[in-house]
Amino acid sequence: MNEFKSVWVFSENRDLMLEMLCKGRELADKLQTELAVILLGCKIKDQAEILIKYGADKVYVVDDPKFEKLQTEPYLSALTNLATRYRPEIILIGSTKRGKELAARLTTRLETGLVSDAFKLEIDENKRLIATRIVYSGNGVATETYQTKPQVATVQPRTFEKPKLMERKGQVVEVNVTLEEPKTEVIEIKPVEVKKVRIEDARIIVSGGRGVEKKEDFKMLEDLATLLGGYVGNTRPLAEDRKWFSEWVGLSGKKVKPDLYVACGLSGVIQHIAGMRDSKVIVAINKDQEAPIFQVADYIVVDDIYQIVPALTEALRKMLKS
Amino acid sequence: MPRIIVCLKQAVDVNHIKVDPTTRRLITADAPKKISDFDKNALEEAVRIKEKLQGEVVALTVSAEDAKTTLREALAMGADKAYLVTDPSFQDSDALITSHILAQAVKKIGSFDLILCGEATIDSYSAQVGPRLAERLGIPVITYVRKLSLEGNHVIAERSLEDRFEVAKARMPALITVIKEINEPRIPSLPDILKASKKEFVTWSLDELGVSKEKVGITGSSVQILEVLAPKGERKQIKIEGENPHEIAENLAKALIQKGFARR
Repeated sequence: MNEFKSVWVFSENRDLMLEMLCKGRELADKLQTELAVILLGCKIKDQAEILIKYGADKVYVVDDPKFEKLQTEPYLSALTNLATRYRPEIILIGSTKRGKELAARLTTRLETGLVSDAFKLEIDENKRLIATRIVYSGNGVATETYQTKPQVATVQPRTFEKPKLMERKGQVVEVNVTLEEPKTEVIEIKPVEVKKVRIEDARIIVSGGRGVEKKEDFKMLEDLATLLGGYVGNTRPLAEDRKWFSEWVGLSGKKVKPDLYVACGLSGVIQHIAGMRDSKVIVAINKDQEAPIFQVADYIVVDDIYQIVPALTEALRKMLKS
Repeated sequence: MPRIIVCLKQAVDVNHIKVDPTTRRLITADAPKKISDFDKNALEEAVRIKEKLQGEVVALTVSAEDAKTTLREALAMGADKAYLVTDPSFQDSDALITSHILAQAVKKIGSFDLILCGEATIDSYSAQVGPRLAERLGIPVITYVRKLSLEGNHVIAERSLEDRFEVAKARMPALITVIKEINEPRIPSLPDILKASKKEFVTWSLDELGVSKEKVGITGSSVQILEVLAPKGERKQIKIEGENPHEIAENLAKALIQKGFARR
């Protein structure tokens, strides 16, 4: 049997695939092995060349209409087949909800280990992959390694930077794989309201929690965000309990790391903090001086957001004019 | 009448974890334990299905022996029967191994229509065990479900994905992982708690499941945890003060401008 080599990257989400490609390049160089992208989809062959310019040495393409509905089994059977045939050493999979299920099932078929949502990936002196992830809902950071191969990790959006385009050469390999039929049937698709800006891309975020009493009151957060050239965010209860928004910042929602995060009237449960801890500067405004958000804040204001936020917007506006 | 197996994890209550300030190591030993949050939603959903269609709800956990208390709570919430797989050699097993043990236990429990799990656990949050278990059993899986119903031999489930809600249908037996929003778990009443102590409680060792001890724990697992530390907290923690809200806001504005924010 051939030994395990090469680093693979797969995601059905293109941005995420590119971000992992950048990290994959680094790992492959360290191991002095090749970096391959697994490109699965319907009519996607023409997207392969550009991935080489983004850093891939090889692009394995399986082009099949069965991928169109984004159901797991076709992806799962393609990846199982390719991994058994070519034996990669490392596989990075995009940690979307679909990707998480896929990765768990793939590594069960391959009888190997999976580290979910790794935010740091390194190669140690024994050429093993070392993956770091958040555990205990944000209370801990675990460093993990593998005793089996391939070593598989999932990676969340915006964990790594996108690579730059380069002039480089590589190989596109079209592969024929017999794909499994889906075990489930999609009977209805309901669109969710997609915001125009991806909050992960915002440089400045003004975020609100349960201290914002009415949805209309978000206006004052929006005013501040607009003035700062940023975007508003929110906690999970505002989305899931009050149904004001379709997404939220936190462990189970969006992970963000803006230059500035202004937390308004949010207590900072550990799950929320896990989603914004990596922000460069954190400002917290809350009436309750015991609020845990203050422990991760650079600037602390113990006061009412209804007083402070409009006054802050006003003060900034004046200072910027002068 | 459906027979539903609910997989539960006894997890450390993450709100009660302390940190050793010198080593940054987490102190989890004396933190209280409980049924992991989303697993409780899975149990609640199973009990609701039973209330509508009758049938049976079985709670299953692979854990240290102290999980008996946790499983008693599951029985009080409405499970009819509880299975605890426990063995000292199981400690530090990863999701690959845990799903193998669960699969062996499910096979021993016998026929079933549905397996319900939480989307992930509050301690590890890896979302692996549910899909891995389905894969081992060779049954369909629908993940991140916020609405669930049974129609004849099929389960219909609405998934909450990043870009859309997707209503999926699968033939039973199937495995479903649920999200918090699917329901509000009940708090058992005193009579429910008393009744629970009379319900059937089965304990299995790994031997009884035919799982070899060499294949579990640290030696059998493919992922090994090297270290768990508290995240580094290097924040300035500057308190912005002032005579009144306006003054506080002005001082904060100055600090932000100084930091280079709000440039025009």
